[in-house]
Amino acid sequence: MKAFTYERAATPAEAAAAAARTPGAKFIAGGTNLLDLMKLEIETPRHLIDVNRIGLDKVEDTPDGGLRIGALVRNTDLAAHPRVRRDYAVLTRALVSGASGQLRNKATTGGNLLQRVRCPYFYDTAKPCNKRKPGSGCAAIGGFNRGLAVLGTSEACIAQHPSDMAVAMRVLDAMVETVKPDGATRTIPIADFHKLPGTTPHIENALEAGELITAVTLPAPVTGTHVYRKVRDRSSYAFALVSVAAIVPSDGRARVALGGVGTKPWRVESAEAGDDAGMGKRILAGAKPTTQNAFKLPLAERTLTAVLADARS
Amino acid sequence: MMPTSTAFDVSRRGVLAGGVATAATASVSIAADAAPQSAPASAEPRVPVTLKVNGKSNRVDLDPRTTLLDALREHWKLTGTKKGCDHGQCGACTVIVEGRRINSCLTLAVMHDGEAVTTIEGLGEPGDLHPMQAAFVEHDGYQCGYCTPGQICSAVAVLDEIKAGIPSHATADVAAQPAFSIEEVKERMSGNICRCGAYANIFDAIADVAGEARGARA
Repeated sequence: MKAFTYERAATPAEAAAAAARTPGAKFIAGGTNLLDLMKLEIETPRHLIDVNRIGLDKVEDTPDGGLRIGALVRNTDLAAHPRVRRDYAVLTRALVSGASGQLRNKATTGGNLLQRVRCPYFYDTAKPCNKRKPGSGCAAIGGFNRGLAVLGTSEACIAQHPSDMAVAMRVLDAMVETVKPDGATRTIPIADFHKLPGTTPHIENALEAGELITAVTLPAPVTGTHVYRKVRDRSSYAFALVSVAAIVPSDGRARVALGGVGTKPWRVESAEAGDDAGMGKRILAGAKPTTQNAFKLPLAERTLTAVLADARS
Repeated sequence: MMPTSTAFDVSRRGVLAGGVATAATASVSIAADAAPQSAPASAEPRVPVTLKVNGKSNRVDLDPRTTLLDALREHWKLTGTKKGCDHGQCGACTVIVEGRRINSCLTLAVMHDGEAVTTIEGLGEPGDLHPMQAAFVEHDGYQCGYCTPGQICSAVAVLDEIKAGIPSHATADVAAQPAFSIEEVKERMSGNICRCGAYANIFDAIADVAGEARGARA
């Protein structure tokens, strides 16, 4: 691991200001992804700003009947929160399908949104990767890409977004609250938070330099059966090949987002209109599979069909 | 807000920036009310870290890169906690911090300043074993034993998590209180890998402690 200096921030605004002031600085919260990448020298921050003691660890009701989740709320605590379990079960189910108990005890809500991709070539520093080293090329295209994305890909990157939580957040229309180094705050819809790779796959989200996630808010609950179904190579502690987050009313239009298939959590609102039978094809329109990951298209379609049929039965 | 900081200036709030203030005064506390004198940068920045390990508080000055795992093994000399993959994949390094199991390899010791850590040594000792340690012995819940400290720390926390009502992927109704079942234990223990494949006996040991009959010998 490369050497770094360390400081502990006391408030969100102070953390953001410190990040803007210090070249090569990064925030550290749970650290479960960042420290892994630092050991491999894929991430090499020169300064770490520890945000674990700045508050932001509460889940609170909002006046409109929704929920405000502090950025430092641990995945375990969010999954176990009584209102999340009752009113936003898709989120609890997505959270508990990810990682291990130990990791969920550390991983935070904000950090989960910012986790880096799991593409084997992003991790292999001997290989080109446009995310790790912009302009170096993409070894995954034409390489071992069975697990990688089929939607939202570009000539520069085909890495799939690894988060389960973010797929549930997408179907729930979450909003990401931030503070900038100058103290200004803003709210970013989850749909706009993650960026498609395009020609700049190293830019993964809408955050500006030094900008810190402070909370994620959920609107009032949506009635219906909340489902998160994850298909993976082993039944626990593995990333998704395909996942489906869905809120299915007994009668009417279902909300659906897919994980494991896109370069960001994948939701196509226009595809949710119309019959259930054709929804998979509508969501997966425009997919560009490789020979190795073409199986994800029928797998996603069939998983979605099963989720909708089960929920409506 | 912290005041503007320069390379030779440390704020009262406690910039623990190694290489800035701790070099010539490595043992000087730089807590918020005790800012040290300025000092030249050093190649080996150290940060004071106090941990309450197995009930006993100690302070050590650490390179900020030191993981909690390395701090426990190399500085506290508690080698019961094992380094397996060092990437959070195997669970051999599992310890209980402030009542919660975590991978000690994927967290920095400095992030836990002032916190309480329980390692396998703190759960019990020969002659005074924790019930989970005794059950692993009774049920032969290991072969080589390398993953065992992590398995036991994790297992102790798993039973607490079920009692606390924390749902898992194996919980059918996430809104309800989860109940002990072998499916729950398998799912919740998936972050602890046993290369010898002693899982059947590990599950027997955990079921035994949970008060559930399980397996031929239970």
